[in-house]
Amino acid sequence: MNIIVCVKQVPDTTEIKIDPVKGTLIRDGVPSIMNPDDKGGLELALRMKETEGATVTVVSMGPPQADRMLREALAMGADRAILLSDRRFAGADTLATSYALAGCIRTLDYDLIIAGRQAIDGDTAQVAPEMAQHLDLPQVSYVIDAKKTANGFIVKKENEDCVQTLEVEGKCVLTVLASAFKARYMTVEGIIDAYKREVEVWTADQIDVEEEKLGLKGSPTKVHKSFPKALKEPGEVFELSEEEAVELIVSRLKEKHII
Amino acid sequence: MENEYKNVYVFAEQRNGVIQNVAYELLGKANDLAAELGQKVIALLLGDGITDKAQDLIEMGADEVVVVDRPELKDYLTEQYTQAMSQIIDHCHPRIVLFGATTIGRDLAPRLACRVKSGLVADCTKLTIEPDKDGNLDFFSTRPAFGGNLMATIVCPTSRPQMSTVRPGVMQKRTREVGRKGVIQPFTPTFDPSKFKVRLLETKMNDNKVADISNAKILISGGRGVHDKEGFAKLQALADVMGGMVSSSRAMVDAGVMDHAYQVGQTGKTVRPNLYMACGISGAIQHLAGMEESHYIVAINKDKYAPIFSVADLGIVGDLHKIVPMLTERIKKELEK
Repeated sequence: MNIIVCVKQVPDTTEIKIDPVKGTLIRDGVPSIMNPDDKGGLELALRMKETEGATVTVVSMGPPQADRMLREALAMGADRAILLSDRRFAGADTLATSYALAGCIRTLDYDLIIAGRQAIDGDTAQVAPEMAQHLDLPQVSYVIDAKKTANGFIVKKENEDCVQTLEVEGKCVLTVLASAFKARYMTVEGIIDAYKREVEVWTADQIDVEEEKLGLKGSPTKVHKSFPKALKEPGEVFELSEEEAVELIVSRLKEKHII
Repeated sequence: MENEYKNVYVFAEQRNGVIQNVAYELLGKANDLAAELGQKVIALLLGDGITDKAQDLIEMGADEVVVVDRPELKDYLTEQYTQAMSQIIDHCHPRIVLFGATTIGRDLAPRLACRVKSGLVADCTKLTIEPDKDGNLDFFSTRPAFGGNLMATIVCPTSRPQMSTVRPGVMQKRTREVGRKGVIQPFTPTFDPSKFKVRLLETKMNDNKVADISNAKILISGGRGVHDKEGFAKLQALADVMGGMVSSSRAMVDAGVMDHAYQVGQTGKTVRPNLYMACGISGAIQHLAGMEESHYIVAINKDKYAPIFSVADLGIVGDLHKIVPMLTERIKKELEK
């Protein structure tokens, strides 16, 4: 079985702070990590490799620095790593990104494509379903379990109110939740080995795409503006005895007609 | 091209024949947008045996309802729903289509956006109609990014329809207008079953049938400072007295103390109750993203530098383990008056 895992390098958004004076994001010193849901996807692929036997290829689109994350994927146990890196991909929204990834995957041999549910920087959850559409493959999102069957997969999907079991016939795209697949650590040998291996860097010329559908040109949505969240006027903060605090809360709740 | 695409459409999500709250919320917002554009609000109702729900959508703000009542649409399945929705779009030419940012909406909308080759904005918290640089009215979708640290306003200038998914709990539904009149339009798609590659084998409803915290008027919410289940019992006692519910920060969900269904924040639910009482919650930006629209916020925290105080209307520096039980007794007396 050939499994492709789509991964993205993202800033660790839990480490981002806002400059209280300028009101801008402080990105300096924020570490870049493998997107957690994608890492869960890689973990699922590696578990399938152990139980079913599989070749696992990780594919990422991004700047040259994403090389480091792809080596982490190799050190965890992936067999092959491809980085789509080309200025022509720049400025892509989810439609153009999914188009480029689909164009790459179309040139590869695969039985299953796994992606993370969403990336923690954009939080859109759109790239994988759009990629599935470009490839004309069925999709199941919010996946918490997947098993290979004779002619497809049995997949469990987590919704807000239920867990569904679905049967997929043939090749498909799955998007997975990090919480369901706790990722393994890299091994020391894996790390050493990963730096001896090649991360293939591909440009737009090596994939099956029409150039005008890539990057900014191929993106129907544009960022009109971005701004730090407006901070609300802080209210009053009191340091009182417990009795006084209770009385103050009660009087305010009465004022606001809450009690 | 611009002019032949018109009206604001809402995907009226239903589960087991029950229209989801987010659909009503979207109808409320769609009314504002349609009024600005001088156009109509049209609900899209897909399912099996659901035609009788159309009047409900009219009473909640739809001028028209397009109904696709077919056995293929009994349960939500990506391909079946995408086929029906893309044919509606090809036939009706909507200007705007809104979806709830639920596991269904966030699965369907991108699949559909790619099939009709248009732009989609995820998980929006604000939708407006404003003049663009040429003075033409355009649709602006604003959403949090970078874990809620940054807001981005996204436009879709040339492709149609303009599509957005919207977080449940963010928009306001309208008051029901009983007996309101509207047009109910049946639509019959042509399905291609050769593309139906996914089959639903089983649906297991979650055991702990938890009430939805996004409907609560009063939330007593606990964070790391609550420590454990015993701590949450104190919050529950206060919530019971006040007729509210208990909710939680991510920390206590990750610690296994509270179920994910009760989580408020970026990766949990967005809430806007009349009262949000944050007990022992430090107030990470991801948490604030889910609750800062609450009407009145009280924060109790030992650390006077906790960021939760920056959004609280009333902040109390103190020990919740002492204050909450005293407050429970005091409010009980107050209500008995």
